[in-house]
This record gives sequence, structure tokens and C-alpha cells, in this order.
Amino acid sequence: MADDPGIDQETFDKLVAEGQPERVARAKAKAAAARKARAADASAGNGGGSTGDGGGETPEQVQERVFNELVEEGQPERVARAKAKAAAARAKRAAESESKPEPAKQPAGAGAGAGAAPAAATTGNGANGAGNGAGVALTPEQRQQRVAAALAARTEGGPHERTGGPETKYAGQEHTHRLLAMVPPTGIQQIRGKQDDKAYTWPHLLTAEFVCLMAVTAFLFVFSALAPAPLRELANPNVTPNPSKAPWYFLGLQEMLRYWHPMIAGVTIPLIFGPLGLIAIPYLDRNPSMRPERRKFAYMLFTMFLVASASLTISGSFFRGPGFNWTWPWTDGIWFTL
Amino acid sequence: MANIPSADELKKRLQDNVIYKSVFRPGSIYRKGYRDTSRDRALAAMNNVLYHLHPVKVKRHGLKLTYTYCLGGTSFFLFILLTVTGIFLMFFYRPAAGAGSEIAYLDMQNLRANVQFGDLVRNMHRWGAHLMVFTTFLHMARVFYHGAYKPPREFNWVVGVILLLITLFLAFTGYLLPWDQLAIWAVQVGTSMAGFTPVFGQQIQFALLGGVEIGPETLLRWYVLHVLALPFILTIFLAVHFWRIRKDGGISGPL
Repeated sequence: MADDPGIDQETFDKLVAEGQPERVARAKAKAAAARKARAADASAGNGGGSTGDGGGETPEQVQERVFNELVEEGQPERVARAKAKAAAARAKRAAESESKPEPAKQPAGAGAGAGAAPAAATTGNGANGAGNGAGVALTPEQRQQRVAAALAARTEGGPHERTGGPETKYAGQEHTHRLLAMVPPTGIQQIRGKQDDKAYTWPHLLTAEFVCLMAVTAFLFVFSALAPAPLRELANPNVTPNPSKAPWYFLGLQEMLRYWHPMIAGVTIPLIFGPLGLIAIPYLDRNPSMRPERRKFAYMLFTMFLVASASLTISGSFFRGPGFNWTWPWTDGIWFTL
Repeated sequence: MANIPSADELKKRLQDNVIYKSVFRPGSIYRKGYRDTSRDRALAAMNNVLYHLHPVKVKRHGLKLTYTYCLGGTSFFLFILLTVTGIFLMFFYRPAAGAGSEIAYLDMQNLRANVQFGDLVRNMHRWGAHLMVFTTFLHMARVFYHGAYKPPREFNWVVGVILLLITLFLAFTGYLLPWDQLAIWAVQVGTSMAGFTPVFGQQIQFALLGGVEIGPETLLRWYVLHVLALPFILTIFLAVHFWRIRKDGGISGPL
């Protein structure tokens, strides 16, 4: 019984003599040794005998055969080895699917455990036959030998391990990964810009609003308690007060009436700079930027509008006296009632 | 005296009846009590009228007082305050004037002299109106400087301008109601300006005055405008204004 699948020295010498590269020769010699070992195992009386190999070849044999054929065809050695491995893997898969659904291969630890297991397990395998037994039906002793061989091959390292014993993993045998789909980057959800930083309305916003409204109420309350609203004498259409003024928010208009004809100052200008002009702002201003430094023209125009309104209102309120003539509030007093 | 129910039992009795349950919706914080959880914070906004004014969550920059200065909210709040004080004043005021029976003016004097808190409420109504004009104007300026009228908020700006005009007109119509010298002559000036409107200036003036010159008909007309017509229109536009804020994605972003 060949404990060590190692290499078959005889084959190796022969191949070297034939002029094969030493690496190839070693690989083939190792395969030959493994073959011999298996033959010896089989002859040692393994009743199952079946390796689950439908074509009568073990995967290793397939690998070696394919490798040899390809090398002889003149393929590069690397390619040949890869193809041979693939062929072996195919053969093994075919054998497994034929013999049983479960992979035949067992981890080394499990194999050792099975080796120590009572004979009942083996008889069970034997009773179930090739259809149900382990892919490679082995006696516990054989398993132990295999494990030992695999471990020995591993400790040797190098190419022996890769082409070596029956427990060697080949690339593609297990943990196969397949490419299912290519996902283009445009298919992934794209998030543009920063996500909004949000806070709960209650309590964050509502508390602030409540405080603000209470402050307004308090201000209005205190102001109303302290400052009485005006109530003049009874209306008398026959007595015209001098000056006669509109409420303060219309005093800008009244001020303009001093300068221009009512048609212009009282209607045209307030209508154009007032409702219509204000309403048109978003439709005239097509500048998308909100940054002040990019809205200089808009800022300028609107500030001019505000300053003009404020100046007119202030001058109409505090600088106009009897006859709506110009006065200085610090010398002539203020003619203004809210 | 042994069977005095505990506070928890009382609460349970109060809440476990068909009337209480019919008033407060399932899940309401008023029904099951408020705990400071995310869910209850959301329900506080969702389960009452605030749901239509504020979303459950707002952008954090919107909380910054120096961004909005609370001007729009203040304007709206002043409108509510003016409604409340105005209703109070309506109990004591009749919009009637005419030679020999100046009821409106006498009612004003009575309100100031004899009605409990009458003077205070009248003052609040008057100053509040001025303040509302002021805050609405400032709100407009704030919105402009932040560029908040830009797409998609163009139409809400238009609604805002209409609200500003209605606010001005509300304040102006209120100005007449005391029927004192200040009131009628201010209105005289204002309606004269309106009379210069091209094409149909005279018609506008006639409609506002209820005649060719200011008189008792003017007072009634402006009273109805002030307490009924304009607040009604303002409320509708306010609803549109607030609705559009929600539909346009909340308040605008920072500069």
C-alpha cells in the first residue's frame, strides 16, 4: 500500500530522460504515483470500488490525460494545466451528480472523525450501495490514509500540493463565484446635494414661535396701556383741519402729490411701483441665484424702492405742516397723528 | 371616605368614555398623554390644526430667528389678535352717523369711558393695526432680500403682495370708523387720490364713498368692508399663502 502518493520515481526518471522539463516530469510522476496508490487501494478489497466516475476515470486521471494531450498538441504548459484542471473538475462534478446530490468531498477533520467512527457507519454505507454512500466509498482506514496523504502533500508545499492527492482542492471546485450582472453606475440611485437637516416642528419651531408671539402680545399690551390711541373731536365736514393728512402708510403718496400731478403721483407711480411692480418682480428677475453678491442689481433697485418709500413717508409724516408745506420738526413742531 | 379614587383612576374615568373618545382621535397626545418621543413630536403637529400650517419636520435653518425674524408669523398673529379685539369692539359700536345723531362717535366715547377694558382693547386694536402694516411690509422686504420669491415661489410672492394691499386697505377702512375729525379727513384725502385713477376713477370714488361725498353711507360701507368683506378675502388669501408655502417645499433656503 502506497502511503504517500508522493512521486513515482520510475516515471520521473523516464520522463526526464525523454527530455521533459523537470517540473512536468515531477507532476506526471506524482500523478502516476497517485494512480498506483489508488489501484493498490482498490485491490486491497474495497467492496464499493466505485469512485462515482461515470467514464471509468477518476478526475485525477482525466486531468492527467487532458494535460498530456494538450502538451502534446503544443499548447503552453500553463494553459494545458488550467484546462486539465477544468476538465478534472467537470469530471468530478459529473461523477458527483451521478452518484449523489451531496458533494463527495469531506473536510479533513470530518474524515478523521469518520475514521474513528464505529464500523456501523461503514456497513451502513455498504448497505445503501453506490447510490447512497459517500462518493468515494472508503473504509475508515483508507480515509485515514487519504487524510495523511493530503496532509503530507500539503506540508511538502509547492506544485506537489496543487497537482497532488485526491483531497486537493482545485480552483473552481468549490466556492464558485459567478458574475450575475454588470450594474452600470447610472443604475445606482444618485443622491445629489446635501440631505436636508430637519428638526421636529414641535417643540423646536413652535416654542420659538410661541415665545415670539408672546413677546409681540406683551409689547402691544404694554404700549396700549401706556399710549392712548387718538380720538379727535366729532367729524365735521365744515371744518377742515390744517394740515389734513392721510394715515402714515399713505403719507408717502400724499408727499408725492406735492411734486406731481395727482394723475402721476397719486395713481401712475404708486400703481407701477406698488402692486404691479411688486407682483412682476419674480417674473422679471430670472436670476436664479439667491446670494446677495450675485444679485447686486436687484438689491440696488429694491433698496432704492425701500429708501424712497421710507423717505417720502418720513418727510410726509414729520416735515409737513399746515397747508402741507415744508416744516422743520425741531423748530416748528410735528403735525403727525397715527 | 375609603373609596376616593386616585388621580390615575380619575384620569382613566375621564378618558374612558364615549364623549372623550369622540373628541380626541386615537393616537392623539391628548388622549394617551404626551411623552417626549419622536412619534409624539410628530403627532403634536399632525393631530391638530398645525398640521395645515406646519409640517411635522422643518428645515433646521428655518428655526433660526435671524433668518425669518418671525415677521410673517407675527403678521398673521396680529391678524388674529385684531380679529379678537375687533369682535370685542363690535359689541359696543354701531356704524351710524348723521346730523343730530352721531351714534358711532358716541359709542367710541362710551367704549373708552364706561366699558371695562374698552380703552385698552381699542388701543390694542389701533396700534396692532399699525404694527401689522409695518410687519407685513418688513416681511415683504425680508422675503425679497432672501430671494424667497424665486421659483417655485413666484406665485406665493404675488399672493403676498395682494395680502399686503388688503392689509393696507383693512387698516385704512378701520381708520374711518371712529368718525372723528382725523378719520373723515384722512379718508377724504385717500378717496380723492383714488378718484384720480384713470378711466374709472370717479366710479371707484363713488363706490368707496357710497355717494359723491363722505357721509353716513360711507361709514356703513367701510364698516362692512372692515369687519366682513376684507377679513373674508384676507382669510382666503392667507389660506392660499400658507398652503403654497407647504406645496413649494417649505420656507426658502439660506443665502
